[in-house]
Amino acid sequence: MFRGNIDRLVEPPLRLAGFVCAAILLLILLFLIKEAAPVLTGGGWRLFFADSGWYPMEGLFGILPMLVASLVVMLGAIMIAAPIGLGCAIFLQYYAPPVLAKAFRLLLSLLAGMPSVVLGLWGLTVLVPIIGSWQPPGTSLLAATIVLALMVIPTMALASASALSSVPGSLMNGAAALGLTLRARICYIAITSAGAGIRSAALLSMARAIGETMVVLMVAGNVVQYPSGLFEPVRVLTANIALEMAYATDLHRASLFASGLLLTLIVLALAWLAARSNESSKQYG
Amino acid sequence: MNQMTPNPGKKVYLNQGSETNHTSYTLSEITEAQPCCLPEPHIQVRDLSVSYGEHQVLETVSLDIYKGCITALIGPSGCGKTSFLSSLNRLTDMMPTAQVQGSIRFDGEEILAVKTDTLNLRRRIGMIFQKPNPFPLSIRRNLYLPLKENGIRNRKQLAQKTEKVLREVGLWDEVKDRLDSPALALSGGQQQRLCIARALVLEPEVLLMDEPCSALDAIASAKVEELISSLAGRYTVVIVTHNLAQAKRVANYAGFFWMVEKVGKLIEFGQCDSLFETPESELTAAFVSGVCG
Amino acid sequence: MADRLFSSAVWLSAALVAAALLWIVGDLARLGLSHISLEFIFSAPENAGRSGGIGPILVSTLLIIGVTLAVALPLGLMVAVWLAEFTRRGNRLSNQIRLALDVMAGIPSIVFGLFGNAFFSIYLGMGFSILSGGLTLAVMILPVFIRTCEIGLTAVDNSWRQGAEALGMTRTSAVWHILLPAAAPAISAGLILGIGRATAETAALIFTSGYVDRMPESLLDSGRALAVHIYDLSMNVTGGDPAAHASALVLIALIILFNLLAQGFSDRWLYRRLAT
Repeated sequence: MFRGNIDRLVEPPLRLAGFVCAAILLLILLFLIKEAAPVLTGGGWRLFFADSGWYPMEGLFGILPMLVASLVVMLGAIMIAAPIGLGCAIFLQYYAPPVLAKAFRLLLSLLAGMPSVVLGLWGLTVLVPIIGSWQPPGTSLLAATIVLALMVIPTMALASASALSSVPGSLMNGAAALGLTLRARICYIAITSAGAGIRSAALLSMARAIGETMVVLMVAGNVVQYPSGLFEPVRVLTANIALEMAYATDLHRASLFASGLLLTLIVLALAWLAARSNESSKQYG
Repeated sequence: MNQMTPNPGKKVYLNQGSETNHTSYTLSEITEAQPCCLPEPHIQVRDLSVSYGEHQVLETVSLDIYKGCITALIGPSGCGKTSFLSSLNRLTDMMPTAQVQGSIRFDGEEILAVKTDTLNLRRRIGMIFQKPNPFPLSIRRNLYLPLKENGIRNRKQLAQKTEKVLREVGLWDEVKDRLDSPALALSGGQQQRLCIARALVLEPEVLLMDEPCSALDAIASAKVEELISSLAGRYTVVIVTHNLAQAKRVANYAGFFWMVEKVGKLIEFGQCDSLFETPESELTAAFVSGVCG
Repeated sequence: MADRLFSSAVWLSAALVAAALLWIVGDLARLGLSHISLEFIFSAPENAGRSGGIGPILVSTLLIIGVTLAVALPLGLMVAVWLAEFTRRGNRLSNQIRLALDVMAGIPSIVFGLFGNAFFSIYLGMGFSILSGGLTLAVMILPVFIRTCEIGLTAVDNSWRQGAEALGMTRTSAVWHILLPAAAPAISAGLILGIGRATAETAALIFTSGYVDRMPESLLDSGRALAVHIYDLSMNVTGGDPAAHASALVLIALIILFNLLAQGFSDRWLYRRLAT
């Protein structure tokens, strides 16, 4: 009786699907580079950083103010999100009774699943007027930083909690046997030995923050300038793409693609650092 | 196919090119006592070596497995018994780093050849694992699935075969009213008997068992052991066990594996009684009397 | 003293996050709930969305998600099965594909939008269309979906794989009858993650599926997704806030509904496949 091995029929299409996925990545990079080519080649690349500002109508494409704004907003957000997120992780791992921990975990995943456009809407209609009544106009670096921090807190908290949970129990018990208080155990033992994992969580949160568009687009005010104060409006790279893509042509369009490429490189570098940090935590953990 | 006509009484050597300076346990050397069953080699293993990457676990094992007999493999853990067993049905293929060298002939055909149809081979050589592994399906589907794979789709035939094997393993009366309930709801002993039934439903010629009782309690273990004994004569059974008393009770032939310089080797092979009562090797004597291992 | 301070800080940070979520949800409900009615959900937007409803927008959203799933679900499952079951661990080719997927997972959504615009809309000539937007989102959610499914498959008890192998079952039928159903919870988790991201996505859709808020007549029509509608109402339409808040509530409800559906789908699939 002949029984053809069906695996031989099934495997090639599956492998093809794998190749298609890898090809998509190449296609993405290819198209980004292709569209950005007019700026990348022929010296336009230098103008990119050297131009006095972003005046696309006059052919000036200096993205430096927006790049700085992106970095500042990202750092601000992580400065808020890292301590609070870590606090939440410690709460989950060591303080909350089981029922509360479960509920809090659910709450964090709810916040994580909140569409960024909804967070942006809330920021625009609730937070911005509050800031504006104090320091007009309200749409500002501060507003962007706060809403962005809210957005990445779940990432920070859940990833840190999983890093903390992999701290060996024997280590914590040994410290308890030495008479260390819970605070001392957490500060000196848990956070130290989960350090790499927590660093990785922070890097991942930063990657999310700098790659985010909607929240910042909606609450940051979108004025192209170097960030000079907490209450000044700024425009970040992602928001710039979203705002101008609809009508950009030629060199303008190419410079938007180039800034997308730059953004991708930054995010990938952060993600790579995060993965490396996580790897080393596994080696010592 | 016929190049390896079994010839009891004579030394059956399969020269693999290299001169081998170790003993090969073939029938000629163990015929002093009366054979307990059909003295016809069913599987002939020659110079079998298994390694995982750099780490060799089994070195140049040669032995014959006789048709219709129960062959027990004993020895301490980690000396390559399971690797030996998995080589017989090419399950070693599943382990990416495993390398198997030597020759295994099953009914005269080389198992280790690249072109061997492993699916067909595994349908002829069933395997039972240490931990019962019924699929997370109903009892009925556990038995139907391998049958359907084998091209049997007739409902009546499926039902008949199912009932037959379930009776054979003594499970029919226990489960006939709940064939559609999950197999994982059965007790450990019942699960293991279901796994044996699942292997038997394909009507294999050989059954490989890797410590089939070690995960079961004493009563369930006794039942499974009884079942294994009842398979003698109809199937060729190779059983790996840590339980010497069990090997003594069920097996016709026994092989003793031991670690020599961190590599598993076959120390002695022979009829079960003689291996336990009058072992040739001092190591075997020490092991079966419980001095070492 | 330091201990008291530390534990208060920990409780405070948790309370802060809980309060923030309650604040957000509370505000959305306060500002949007009164605007929601059956008519709002089914009728077409009028006066740039200030009045009227979101009927065509919901349809567009569902169509975009439909296109996304129709592509990402089969393609993703195929790749996950190939990576987990048909390649050996340490295989160079599959490791490279995994690396490619991980890189893709890191790309910001706005960049997917750029790619979708350049490739699907312009290069393939789909224009601003539901098809273009759906395909862009499919590309965006593929990496995470694949890796979640792959991890789920790898986590399935290896003894079943061995058992199937020892019975001479083909890899294909072991995957189909045993491994995929056993990995269904992970697959549904990946699906929920993917649908959640796709439904919430705005930036990648603005210049792929476009702004048009009419009822789409085909997949090649431009269609405005709910998330884009919220963005447009809040940023470009003065007086659009009530409708924006109501739409935000609908969007959240939609995501929760999709979660339940994916959960139910996987439960039923699992139950039907495993129990009988």
